[in-house]
Amino acid sequence: MYDIKALYEAESVQDAIRLLQEHPEAQILAGGSDVLVQIREGRRAGVELVSIYMLDELRGVSIDEEENIRIGSLTSFSHITKDPIIQKYINVLGEAVDMVGGPQIRAIGTIGGNTCNGVTSADSASTLMAWDAIIELTGPEGVRRVPIKDFYIKAKVVDIRPAEIQTAILIPKESYDRCFGHYIKYSMRNALDIATTGCSVNVRLSDDKKTFERVRIGYGVAAPIPCRAYTAEAFLNGKEINDENIKKFAETVLEDINPRDSWRAGKALRQHISVVMAERALRESIRLAGGVVNE
Amino acid sequence: MSKQYKVVHCTINGKEVEQIVDVRASLTDMLRNDFRLTSVKKGCEVGECGACTVIIDGEGFNSCIYLAVWAEGKEIWTLEGLTGPGGELSDIQQAFIDEGAIQCGFCTPGFIMTSWEIVNSGKEYSDDELRKLLSGHLCRCTGYENIFRAVKKTMLRHLGKFEEAEKVNSQGIADYPEPMPFM
Repeated sequence: MYDIKALYEAESVQDAIRLLQEHPEAQILAGGSDVLVQIREGRRAGVELVSIYMLDELRGVSIDEEENIRIGSLTSFSHITKDPIIQKYINVLGEAVDMVGGPQIRAIGTIGGNTCNGVTSADSASTLMAWDAIIELTGPEGVRRVPIKDFYIKAKVVDIRPAEIQTAILIPKESYDRCFGHYIKYSMRNALDIATTGCSVNVRLSDDKKTFERVRIGYGVAAPIPCRAYTAEAFLNGKEINDENIKKFAETVLEDINPRDSWRAGKALRQHISVVMAERALRESIRLAGGVVNE
Repeated sequence: MSKQYKVVHCTINGKEVEQIVDVRASLTDMLRNDFRLTSVKKGCEVGECGACTVIIDGEGFNSCIYLAVWAEGKEIWTLEGLTGPGGELSDIQQAFIDEGAIQCGFCTPGFIMTSWEIVNSGKEYSDDELRKLLSGHLCRCTGYENIFRAVKKTMLRHLGKFEEAEKVNSQGIADYPEPMPFM
């Protein structure tokens, strides 16, 4: 038995909003792979919960009328990885969430929960940052959209207003069009481990595949919240694809990131692997985009 | 607050059931306490060890971090559902025995449920893919190699590759050369 004070099961998004208004102390329960575990640990013992897990309307991946990729917030990691739209347009997201926990965790864990818990180590976060995802929230005042970089406020705090729930994650066409990316997770074990640091890079190359049209790089656990390395991106945009530029790009990420010492790893290690991962993920992204690195 | 209950309808091991559950119960609690399906083990209870794994709508889940009320409308399979009407073992269970993939047995039901999903998928996974698919389970006795071999052999047999299955040796590698006979 879980130490739950009360469980309110939502039957629709509107019902969830009403329940959250009626029970302002209640916390939102999606897949539960964080919330239920924290109840078991005692950190959230005695909570009131509004369960949205049964809302199938929040599941699935589609292309909406604005040509955004629309990922329902309750879509599980395993379903994202298997989804044909994800595989076609943003395969790196499917690969990144395929590194969360183990297979059973990926069956229950949701991408909405992964972003709403505000944790920097979330395997989906660096990729969503790097692809300028837009968070869709539905609340008493209706629907609002927030760029993911503004959604993360500080460690474990995200921009969800009272009685709001996250209903979808959108990737705009401008963001995914002709883009290819790669994610690297550095951790001590290959399964059931949290990223020491994670790095997600994507590129859009010029038509002749000789220059970088746009490069974006997102990190998890390189700062208190998932972050981008904008200085490094600005350096590389419009530059020729060659070894020198790639190496300079990788070193420049240190101007943007701010990892810390923790029991999991030291700052110096995180800085070192951040540079190495930037270079490796960029080289793989170039390869996926059909480019060649000139010596 | 006073206790809160809910009626749940679902299919367990092919049988439609209806059950009143405490909303605080996990699916592990419901399967063990209300249905006496004690193959569903309580291990870590935080989704790390995989001992409580059951198949829900064709996919393996840790039943310990799954609320019993979420079982509404779901099709659930536990190890008890794998055996024949006379208690005959399924081929994946027999393979675990044949390969010595069991010692204390606590992780076994969970491992077999994940393995059952693998061997019935109709796919031929590479060794790396199999290891990844099995990575949500902890076994402190066997060192995993025997388990890996049992799953790989059964997967190959399901694909009609009986000769290849027999060649899976102690390293679990199908195309490994025959060991040298003793001089």
